Amino acid sequence: MSILLIAEHNNTDLRPFTFNAATAASKINEDLHVLVLGNKSDSVAKAASEIPLVKKVIHVDNEIFDNFTAENYTSTILKHVDNYSHIVCSANTFGKNLMPRVAALLDTSQVSDIVNVISEDTFLRPIYAGNAFATVKSTDKKKCVTIRPTSFDPAPSTGGSAEIVKSDPGDKFESSKFVKREEIKSDRPELGTARVVISGGRGMQNSDNFKLISDIADKLNAAIGASRAAVDAGYITNDHQVGQTGKVVVPDLYIAVGISGAIQHLAGMKESKVIVAINKDGEAPIFSVADYGLEADLFEALPQFLEELNKLNSIQK
Amino acid sequence: MKILVAVKRVIDYNVQVRVKDDGTGVVTDNVKMSTNPPDDNAIEEAVKIKESGKAKEVVAITIGDDKAQETVRKALAVGADRGIHVKVDGIVEPLAVSKILKKIVEKENPDLVFMGKQAIDDDCNQTGQMLAAILDWPQATFASKIEVKEKSLEVTREIDEGLETIEVNIPAIVTCDLRLNEPRYASLPNIMKAKKKPLEQLNASDLGVDTKARIEQIKVEEPPKRKAGIKVASVSELVQKLKNEAKVI
Repeated sequence: MSILLIAEHNNTDLRPFTFNAATAASKINEDLHVLVLGNKSDSVAKAASEIPLVKKVIHVDNEIFDNFTAENYTSTILKHVDNYSHIVCSANTFGKNLMPRVAALLDTSQVSDIVNVISEDTFLRPIYAGNAFATVKSTDKKKCVTIRPTSFDPAPSTGGSAEIVKSDPGDKFESSKFVKREEIKSDRPELGTARVVISGGRGMQNSDNFKLISDIADKLNAAIGASRAAVDAGYITNDHQVGQTGKVVVPDLYIAVGISGAIQHLAGMKESKVIVAINKDGEAPIFSVADYGLEADLFEALPQFLEELNKLNSIQK
Repeated sequence: MKILVAVKRVIDYNVQVRVKDDGTGVVTDNVKMSTNPPDDNAIEEAVKIKESGKAKEVVAITIGDDKAQETVRKALAVGADRGIHVKVDGIVEPLAVSKILKKIVEKENPDLVFMGKQAIDDDCNQTGQMLAAILDWPQATFASKIEVKEKSLEVTREIDEGLETIEVNIPAIVTCDLRLNEPRYASLPNIMKAKKKPLEQLNASDLGVDTKARIEQIKVEEPPKRKAGIKVASVSELVQKLKNEAKVI
């Protein structure tokens, strides 16, 4: 039996987390096949075939996949699962929306958001916002697993030449209709995969003040994150939220500015390699996870930070 | 229109969760419990739709041990009309929860089922999608805005790339994000009144649903601790440390 990875893509390119999920999938079972469901998506199938870990690509190209609805994906996935022991994808909003729909129809109890593969049926996953780690063993015959992408390195993207097999879609689901997607375009690195992330919290006080953060982000080639409080207050859009119900990030450097450090925020960033906290409240819980804490008013500290960065001869990109 | 809202009792979001010494789970004795936060948003949205005249009845359901009833009472105190408690002890996996909910849906015939997008205890994020699957209903997950139309809902969903809007025909499942609304507090008189609202009790076994765990929990352990960091005195010291000690900039 082989393992089937559901590719996440935009009909042109594979989304970055598909590469991380490929790494995890091949740790479960080396006979890794990728299912690409898209519309005018030949370039995606080709990209998947070039991942050296991938042994075979199944490509279903049909207009019903133009907008990646879970309902249309599910009926087609179910047509293709017979020879697979595992169905996997990333545990981001794509996979979270999709995989339970597949699992339920296979009568499988899904294992969500794994951070380590112990064996082909046993996995490590965080629970309680990462305050505990559970080792769990799936006893279902066919296993459905979602993968926390930031816990696995991305697979190499070139050098492979897996066979691409064309296949047919399942039934179209009629009771659901895509209306629109409002993607926030940015020249900055993606939050989920950025090497450096600088995040602002309630302490930023308003959206204009996020300029102080974006100036530093420009300098460090960083992605911009935010606490839930900052998003709820409307300082910044939801796609920036880091935490238990937002995104999980594991950058080399995470700079938390004006963020107190609620458990729910820490869940999204405490695995970062180096954490910096800038907060005027010396008792803020964020300092308990920070490698470098600076107790200071952010409105003084951020301009100084930019000035100090400007003085450096070189900055890593 | 009738709306069924599923609510779960979990360890309160403010509690610092501790792992049991024997590795069998987390400490729940003498720990504050509450309604799973996004489930509060689900109840609030259903009650708002009822208040707008677009729904006639809001039914709150919980699945769990005897104490799980508290979450239904709270839902009744903020505007749900009646409650259902399906009694089952121990951990019930989302797949089994969705099967229990399906039985209730077949009995109650709601037009919509709302619930939180994920429970903050097991962080599974599965139940709504699973229920939608086994009912063959459309799913609108991670909803931050819901507009009720005549025979459909227009739902704005929070996705990694930003926002997505979909239209789902009724009947449908909606899983709610924390930004959907601001849940109200229960007033004391409403808490008293809620005690008189009907609360039906059922047993999972009577519904013919197998709730046996499919996932064995082998052990639960503390996450690796970060080693204590230092406080720096100034911004220049911070930048110097990041450059020369941590070597990350």
